[in-house]
Amino acid sequence: MSAEALIEIRHVSHTFDTASGPLQVLNDLSLDVPEGGFVAVVGPSGCGKSTLTRLISGLMRPQFGEVLIAGERVKGPRSSVGMAFQNPVLLEWRSILKNVMLPLEIVRSGLSRKEQEERARFLLSLVGLEGFEDKRPSELSGGMRQRASLCRALVHKPDVLILDEPFGALDAFTREDLWQTMHKVKAEEPFTAVLITHDLRESIFLADRVVVLSGRPAHAQYVLDVPREGPRTLDNLYTPRAAEMLAILRHQIEIAQGRAPAEEASARPAPSPPAPAPGERATPETQA
Amino acid sequence: MTARRIAVPVLAVIVFLALWELLVWANGWPTYKMAAPSDLGPAFAKYFDLFLIYGWQTLWRTVAGLALAVVFGVAVGMVMGFSRTMRDALYPLLVGFNAVPKATVVPIVALMFVGWHDFNTVLIAFMISFFPIAVSVSIGLSTLEPEYRDILRSLGASQSTIFWKIALPKTLPEFFGALKVAVTLAFIGTNLMEIVSPHGRGLGALFDSGKTNSDYPLMFAVLIALAVLGIVLYYMVVILEKTFAGWAERPAG
Repeated sequence: MSAEALIEIRHVSHTFDTASGPLQVLNDLSLDVPEGGFVAVVGPSGCGKSTLTRLISGLMRPQFGEVLIAGERVKGPRSSVGMAFQNPVLLEWRSILKNVMLPLEIVRSGLSRKEQEERARFLLSLVGLEGFEDKRPSELSGGMRQRASLCRALVHKPDVLILDEPFGALDAFTREDLWQTMHKVKAEEPFTAVLITHDLRESIFLADRVVVLSGRPAHAQYVLDVPREGPRTLDNLYTPRAAEMLAILRHQIEIAQGRAPAEEASARPAPSPPAPAPGERATPETQA
Repeated sequence: MTARRIAVPVLAVIVFLALWELLVWANGWPTYKMAAPSDLGPAFAKYFDLFLIYGWQTLWRTVAGLALAVVFGVAVGMVMGFSRTMRDALYPLLVGFNAVPKATVVPIVALMFVGWHDFNTVLIAFMISFFPIAVSVSIGLSTLEPEYRDILRSLGASQSTIFWKIALPKTLPEFFGALKVAVTLAFIGTNLMEIVSPHGRGLGALFDSGKTNSDYPLMFAVLIALAVLGIVLYYMVVILEKTFAGWAERPAG
């Protein structure tokens, strides 16, 4: 596994000094993300999920353990990371196009000005924002702003895309639209992604591996490998098999929250994914 | 649309002057109680040259004080906005300094720099107007959502890049809001000094000479001249704001 892993998180522990004393958020957390993989991280509120994104992006260094990207230890911010947050944080004084081009002003991309613009326009059309290039962020809806934020995170072709609850503030239908957009973008612009989310359906729809973090201090409590074939369409989210996956994750979250007994949590390695239900299109499984 | 935007305020001024005239006429007040707008014309005509010369002096001293206030206020605001320790250290000092009525500082400064009319006037204009600028810049910078910083920091951008690309433009609306307050404050500062300072110049001195010579229409005329200068300067700030921070204005809807 670790030979092909792009992101390796090794035995990371982290404690914050807060006004009310030390607060340990991560405890011996280990996690691998293979190249081209899409890992969703779910867990109870305040379990250190956002700390995890800051460690991967190099905005913070772990006190114990290490984070490796492509075999190299992360010591500080690296330009090969793209980030999108729940708050789209677009710059109000710039057009959408200029917002998307912002990372190219910092990262040396080797692209000419014209090529930079073409790249930004290509991404915007990919997420369905063609014709909105010259609008200001305040003229766009929440979902559209989040699409633009996604383009900005991808414009400099990062190795790693970090998504910290990017769809958390959107209404349910807009969110589902954006999930489908994510699949479309990934097909055109392959990336390795870590998605922090509170939405279990979102996690199995987008990711090929879902990691459940335990309550604070967090470690990887449970790993679910989502079979390659699905659920990758919205309809497939309502099949018995998807329901089974969701039930497993739901149960793990309850254990993490301390609301269910933890004996079952000891089964850390992923169980074999549930067999495809009849009537569902199953593709030959090539994944381990 | 544009015609309406000019016509409405002009009409408001005319109505205001008419009511003023009516008030004085109805009460039969003499000019030493209150001069009517119709008394001001002759006063302006009589001292037209002085109004131009002194008006210019007042204006440039105010603008100079304001420019100093912008430079100093932005610098202090940046220090306080970026460093929590400096904010804790400087806030009580600034608030205390601002709480001292500047009218009490004027005679002290006038004695301290006796004879330096330009310098002490600019100094008071500066002292009275830098506070709102410093506070607004520091609040603008310290309330910048961390995600804005993270977006650039995760790409390896330096602190100064983050300042120029994000923190500064994002603070501009607050800065211009404070500058509008500072403009009027700076005028007050300039005039306080011009009135108190012996052999001073500027419109404040003209006001003072009106008082000494019992030329009441002149005193009122000076007030109007000050108001006009204040309006001019204020709208210059508005134009700057529209140019540099027009994005912050949402279309009314």
